[in-house]
Formats: sequence, C-alpha cells, structure tokens
Amino acid sequence: MLSPADPHLTTPPPAAANVVGRSPVCHAAGLTLAAIARVLSGASVRWIASQPDTCQRVYFSNHTSHLDALLIWSSLPRAVRELARPVAAKDYWSRGAVRRWLAEKVFNALLIDRTDIKVHQSPVDLMLREIGDTKSLIVFPEGSRSVNGEIGDFKSGLYYLAKKRPELELVPVHVDNLNRVLPRGEFLPVPMLSCITFGPPLWLEQQEAKLDFLARARRAVMALKES
Amino acid sequence: MNDPRTLALIVGVLALLAIVTAVGQFLRRHPDRGLDPAAIRSFNSRIRGWWIMCTVLAAAFWLGTTATLVLFGLVSFWALREFITLTPTRLGDHRALFWVFFAFTPAHYILVGYDRYDIFSIFLPLYGTLFVLARVAIAGDSKRFLERTAKIQAGLMVCVYCLSFAPALLQLPVATPANAEPPLAATANFRLLFFLILLVQFADCMQYVWSRMIGRRLVAASVSSNRTWEGLLGSAVSTSLLASVLWWAAPPYQPWQAALAGFVVSLMGFAGGMTMSAIKRDRGVTDYGTLVTGHGGVLDRIDSTCFAAPVFYHITLLVADVAVR
Repeated sequence: MLSPADPHLTTPPPAAANVVGRSPVCHAAGLTLAAIARVLSGASVRWIASQPDTCQRVYFSNHTSHLDALLIWSSLPRAVRELARPVAAKDYWSRGAVRRWLAEKVFNALLIDRTDIKVHQSPVDLMLREIGDTKSLIVFPEGSRSVNGEIGDFKSGLYYLAKKRPELELVPVHVDNLNRVLPRGEFLPVPMLSCITFGPPLWLEQQEAKLDFLARARRAVMALKES
Repeated sequence: MNDPRTLALIVGVLALLAIVTAVGQFLRRHPDRGLDPAAIRSFNSRIRGWWIMCTVLAAAFWLGTTATLVLFGLVSFWALREFITLTPTRLGDHRALFWVFFAFTPAHYILVGYDRYDIFSIFLPLYGTLFVLARVAIAGDSKRFLERTAKIQAGLMVCVYCLSFAPALLQLPVATPANAEPPLAATANFRLLFFLILLVQFADCMQYVWSRMIGRRLVAASVSSNRTWEGLLGSAVSTSLLASVLWWAAPPYQPWQAALAGFVVSLMGFAGGMTMSAIKRDRGVTDYGTLVTGHGGVLDRIDSTCFAAPVFYHITLLVADVAVR
C-alpha cells in the first residue's frame, strides 16, 4: 500500500527532466537497429491475455541473448516503446565507446553496477528514481544470460521493485529461440525464427513471501513458453 | 506481352483463378451443403495463396530475370530458416550455419544467375557438404556429429539447391527459330517456369481431390493421413493430361513429352510432400507455419516445387536437346 510519505507521491514527477529527447541520429539508429534485429530474428510478437499499454510497467523476461532487450524494446508499439527503458549491466555495456553510445544514447538503457552494489545506492532505488511516474522498465531477473536455454532462478530485485511500488504492473515476457540466433559468446547471428510472448500482468500479493513471489513470477514466464 | 501464347496462358490462368475463387466464395456463403466447413476454409486459404503466388510471380517476371532470381533466393532463405528452426541444433553448429545462410546460399544463387551450370550443379552438394562437415568438426563438439551435419545438408539441398532449379529454367536455351528474337525468347523461358509451377500446384490439388473422392489405401499412415495411392495415381494422370493440353506454352515440348513431364512432376511433388510430412511428424508439428506463431509456413507451400524443379529442369534439357537434333 502506498503511504502519503511515499517519496514518489510527494516529490514532483522527474519525468520532464528525464526525457532529454534523443538526438535524431540516435533515434534513427535505434529504429534501424530494431528493424535489422526484427528481420534477422524473424520475431513474431504475441500478446496473451494482455494488451500493450502506456501505463507504468516492469517487463520481466528470461535472458538468453544480447538481442533480448533490443527485441523486446522493438516489439513494443512505438508510443509504449518510447517509455520503456532496458536495464543492463554496467560492467558490460559501458566497456568501449560503441557499446556505451548504444546503451546510453540509442536505447536509453539504465546501466546497473553489478560488481559494486552500495547500500545507499541500491539498484532498485536507482531504477525507481530513474523511471519516475511515467517510464517503464525492461528487466532480466535471472541476472545474466542463461547458458543452456533453461530459465534460472530469479534474483530478488523484482520483488523489491514490487514491494516499493506495488501499483506497477509486472508483465511477464518470454523470449523463445533467440539463444539460437545469437548465443552467448557469439557475435554473428544466425537468422532463425524467434517468438516474443507478452503475458498478463501480475502484482505482489499482500503478505506474499519473497521466494514465493519470485517462483510465481518465474512460472509466469515459463507458462508463456507452452502457450 | 504481344506474344499470343503468353497472353493465352495469362488469360487462361486468370479465368481459372476467378472461377475457383467464385466457387470458394459461394461455398463459404452457403454452408448448408453438407460440406465440411474446415475443408472449405482450407480451400479458400489455398486460393488466396495462389493469388498471392501469381501476383508475386507476375511482378518478378515483369521486372526480369534478376528480380525473379532474387525472389527465389529470398524464398530459399526463408524456407531454410524455417527448416533450421525446426531441427534442433547445438552451439557447435552456429558458425557453420552463419556461413550457410550468408555465404553459401547467396553464392549459389549468384552462380545460377551467371548461368554457370557446370559450377552451380556441384557447388552445394560438394563444397557445401565439405564445408559443413569441416566447420562443425572444427567447432569441437562431436556429439551426434553425423546427425547434425546431415540436417544442415538436407536443409541446404531441399530449400536452396533444389528450389534454385526453378529460376534456372530462365537460363535454358529453349528458344526455337520461331521465337528466337530477344523479347520472345525471354517470355518463352518465363512460360516454362510458369508451366512448372502450374503443374506442381495442379498436381497438389488433384492429389487432394482424388484422395477425397476415391482414396482408400494410405501410402504411409504414420507419415501422412491424407495421401493415398489413388490420389497419387489420379493426380499423375490428370496432371499429365493438363500438361499435354498446355504443351504449346512450354517451348521445346511436344504433347507426349509434356504429358510425360506432367506425370513425373506430379510424382516428384508427391515425394516432396511426403518428405516434408515425415520431417514434420518427427518434430511433432502439423505445419511449418505453426512452428512459430504468426509466420505463414513458406516451406509448406514450396515442398512439392522443391522436389519437382530439378527433375523438370533436366527433362527440359533432354527435350531441348532432342528438339535441336
């Protein structure tokens, strides 16, 4: 439940300050890369018991490939896409000028420091501060790319996001076959057909324990694979 | 376009399509005839497929040989990705697959475009095979080695090599003295390609019709539940009849040669359909389209053409050879 003391209600929405408006070059680069990725991965997009919406959401997905965030981002309708910010690992995406430019300028990604987590500057707080009252997040709760295509256990970040902002819609996303398009450790893609499935949103139940919630969220992603 | 044979073929096909479309729409609006609604739906979706096929082919023909080659190259590429997506691969196949998609497939079509029959007829079967074997071996994963390499080769053979014989028809020297002038000679080759596609589609259709009407004995129940011996035979006879009636459309053919070609095309189309059914059954899917939701299965549409194209190509070579002597 939201208390009046919740900082997100008392502070003015920082959204206006956040939307720096990407330069046209970065914007075009984003659209081009998204189009190339869509063609290469032959991605079909399904919404099961769910609709695209511009309300504030956290898209959480299994993680198999570097293309995941790009594909999810590009498969959202344009108005929704403008609001969605992928969360990525700082140690990987800030190495080298190209990666940094892609992450920060083109995809407007939120870089999280995986190696040096401070108590006062927890990733969850950072995410919540950055999205304000308008933006959405694309997160990969497994923490890193899966090696064998299996979905690993979820890290607790998703739970704390839900606990601190219980009204956020948590939308499960399943990415299928992208690990065959661009597996871990490869840099040349093979154009196999992949599929991205969005499921119905879920919320943290009252009194729901952390591990129960994380297991439920993981099952929600796995259920989309079969549907 | 000012060639009466081409004109007759176009008008005939359009008239036929218009008639079957009208029949399909009539059946859809009057569902109380005791016919299976699912069968009517599949009939109508097949007709839609034919319209799309005709439109795309007409556009490619109008744009010329290169455009047609590019079109078939893209179809091959898409069919191959459906094929490979369906078959399980391992990480060790990744690099080999990359080169298969982005180097071998385009290179093969470029060779076809330059009319180098001496090279393109051996390029994928020989060098493609050697490359796939060696590249997968070098990747260092020996598990199910032969099985994995065989899958990639089978995909290359069916989706790229076999299908490319259809646009290769455009390069055959089939011009007779009567139509040796450049524009007419070119339309003669396009008619040949169109003749093949028409026969394959007709054979597919006739197999379905004959199986429905008098089909009793299934060829292989565990592979396909609707392909019967009666359908196969009926389709072979009807297709050779149609081919012998349309012999004038395909330049070097005499009526009896066309009938023979129609017979063989029908058998090969059947073989292609059975082969793809076997692969699909093994992988537990009903068609390549359902593999990934939202994609119409290209491979489902072209399986018969893939098998019929090389045989038709070589029969045409023989017939043209006989015609010259």
